[in-house]
Amino acid sequence: MTTDLQSNWYPIASSSDLPKRHVYQAQLLGREFAVWRADDGYVNVWENRCLHRGVRLSIGINNGTELRCQYHGWRYANRTAGCTYIPAHPADAPARTICNNTYPAQEAYGLVWAGELAVGELPAIDGFESATVLRPVPIMAPQKMVNQALLGYAWDDTCESAENSDGSVTITATDGSAVRVFVQPVDSNHSVARALYNRKVAGEERIALLKRHSWLMQELRDRTETQAARQETPAPYEPVIAKVSEDLVDIPAISVDGRKADLRVQVARKEMTADGIASLRLEAIKDQLPTFQPGAHIDVHLPNGLVRQYSVTNGPGETDHYTIGVKREPDSRGGSVAIHDTVGEGDVLAISAPRNNFPLRRDAVHTIFIAGGIGVTPLIAMARALNAQGLEFEFHYFVQSDDHVAFKRELSEFEGALNIHKGQSPKETGETLTEVLANPGYARHVYICGPGPMLEATRQIAADKGWADEAVHFEYFKNTTELDDSNSFEIDLARSAMTLTVPAGKSILDVLRENGINMSSSCEQGACGTCRCGVIEGDVIHQDVYLSDGEKAEGRSIMTCVSRAASNRLILDI
Amino acid sequence: MSCHDRILLDDWHAVADLEQLKSGAHLKTELFERVLKVSIQPNGMPAVTLCAEGRDLPVQVKYGFVWTSLGTPDRGIIDIPEALEADRYLVSGGSFPVKVSGLRVVENFLDMGHFPFVHTGWLGEEPHTEVAPYQVELTSDDEIIATECFFHQPVASPTADGGIEVEYKYRVYRPYIVALYKTNPLYPDRMDYIVLFIQPVGPESCVVHNMLCYIKEGMSEPDIRWFMQLIFAQDKPILENQIPRRLPLDPRAETPIRADKVAILYRRWLRDHDVNYGAIPAA
Ligand code: FES
Ligand SMILES: [Fe+2]
Repeated sequence: MTTDLQSNWYPIASSSDLPKRHVYQAQLLGREFAVWRADDGYVNVWENRCLHRGVRLSIGINNGTELRCQYHGWRYANRTAGCTYIPAHPADAPARTICNNTYPAQEAYGLVWAGELAVGELPAIDGFESATVLRPVPIMAPQKMVNQALLGYAWDDTCESAENSDGSVTITATDGSAVRVFVQPVDSNHSVARALYNRKVAGEERIALLKRHSWLMQELRDRTETQAARQETPAPYEPVIAKVSEDLVDIPAISVDGRKADLRVQVARKEMTADGIASLRLEAIKDQLPTFQPGAHIDVHLPNGLVRQYSVTNGPGETDHYTIGVKREPDSRGGSVAIHDTVGEGDVLAISAPRNNFPLRRDAVHTIFIAGGIGVTPLIAMARALNAQGLEFEFHYFVQSDDHVAFKRELSEFEGALNIHKGQSPKETGETLTEVLANPGYARHVYICGPGPMLEATRQIAADKGWADEAVHFEYFKNTTELDDSNSFEIDLARSAMTLTVPAGKSILDVLRENGINMSSSCEQGACGTCRCGVIEGDVIHQDVYLSDGEKAEGRSIMTCVSRAASNRLILDI
Repeated sequence: MSCHDRILLDDWHAVADLEQLKSGAHLKTELFERVLKVSIQPNGMPAVTLCAEGRDLPVQVKYGFVWTSLGTPDRGIIDIPEALEADRYLVSGGSFPVKVSGLRVVENFLDMGHFPFVHTGWLGEEPHTEVAPYQVELTSDDEIIATECFFHQPVASPTADGGIEVEYKYRVYRPYIVALYKTNPLYPDRMDYIVLFIQPVGPESCVVHNMLCYIKEGMSEPDIRWFMQLIFAQDKPILENQIPRRLPLDPRAETPIRADKVAILYRRWLRDHDVNYGAIPAA
């Protein structure tokens, strides 16, 4: 049931209740809020309850960009309240739908305002542009009764009071001084009177002002509480806590989402960050951008109809935009050229929500990042996340020359952990990598992203040095394998009870789609992992660069866009 | 709200620590919101009286605790053979009141994922936060057992290198009784264990009685007790900040992950047994 009460704006805290890195517990109409300010100034008003096991988030930790629950350390992002990390399963990307309830909030006049269902902007409070916030006074009485009592509030004989259309009360004296009191309905029998004085005062004068009103307000409180005690206490509000989404009821599996470009963003800034590399800052046109995790990429739909994947470079908590890096590749099919030459600031692009095929574990005692060229982008986001958590890492960046170093400002955050290797030949690169990868060990992990040959070489060196498959993580941007689609075979779909034939020249993905089966995909060249599908029976010719050698040997999944059957028949788990 | 769950009313519940009772002669406590008086008779045996009716309730003494029932018990107090082994300490780790449903306490006890965050430096330590897959089953005796539960535990000793993998086993005997088994460092084939006998005081409050059963070698009684109290003091503020205080049985009330496999089965088991006291029943 929606009531008027729920659609109003109320002050729920003073700005001074939100010092740096603090989490404040507030309450409105019986509902508890966790209120916290991120380091970028944004004020978050959330349901005071972790989605996992219901622990109050107000006892959590505000690290400036994310709020961390005290119980199992789940992390929720500034603005979106989306869960970015679940420590119990460090290798998994949390399902994107794990998102806490957020409430409309605004900070103005030295107060934090919220409403369960408030819409639009907080109406202007004329005459209080430069005001002093008086001390809030909690009163154990219903909001209406407090409002009524406020009509008699006065600090001298000339005071006159009037109720405003929003329910607040303004008291004005003939010398022009005025106080406007807003009553926050904490619960049905519990209110807080929050008042503004219409002048900015400081020092002694301020202390005197605060004292005077505290004293008057306490008198009002005592009177009102006595009156309230004579009446029957109203039943407390029973706020309904929204249920978690259906798909989270069972232990969430890897989220499958289609190739949808349902977000519209504006290019807020475009600049050259290195020779041949443009950085684009994309901002939402309306609404909040969805939560990203370090390692995630977005699909960008270009004016010329092409779709390209770009990694998000943002640090934790930077949730008001996505920044991507695009390298100009003249010989490619024209995706990057289109961005470089035709997309400008102010243009609108269609993008998908971020998808994470390259999740970052945060349970390593040491993490090594190895970036080659434009492959640096997802690793920047990852290293920034570890950096924010104070986890140890080293960052190796292979480039042709200093002019090719992209995102210098972001990289400078890594200080001593950063090693830029310039102008190395493949042989020299191999030697450097041999040194870098000299020491595998317990809870040590490597993340690699770069051009195909470098990636191959790095994986090989890591294997030679004794790194376990599970400790070496990589993301291919391109599949350079020579694809063979000359054979024909049958596929049995175990869950849909269908048998289909995949002829030469067509992919499994093509055939599925022709038969009305909705399978997500993104790169369609065996690099991104989106079209992965379980294999129940049959041998696979893997032609992708996504699965690890271990996973390929196991043969339990297949990239339906490029890989095929080695046998006559495959039974797929769809 | 009073208790209507037959399975709970007809069961035995620990309501006092015998040693503690002896030192104070009698105490008042609550079970399912009914006030009880627990006292020591001249013959040294404890007695339990239901205050409102002045009626005496059935009494047993077992594992160092006084047990009673508000109904007609159709089964005995749980049997724990290891508790009777001669080379073990049988220690009461204390009785702790907590303002949360006892069912939430059980779930917390079954949970390894919180070790690095709540018991930092003792039972776990960041960044080693992974909960590896483990086995869960419902036995033919209708108990829940979780096995092969491994967790990385820091070790304070200067010779230990970066911690060890500890193996746990969990067992839910009855809705309010849960045990944990942990490998003994000296005898890899034997396990120490801790049993919680949770007294449902109200739907949103309980007293956690715990029995510690440690192999004597290498352990002192006060150390064990001190350790248990430390761990419990770390859990309490978390437990008392769970909203709602009762355990929601609706699958869509909270978000489970793979690490919560045993808790998921526990909630389902409670649903199947119609245990609603201390829970919010699924709609
Ligand atoms: S309850 Fe918040 S992380 Fe588990
Ligand atoms: Fe605990």
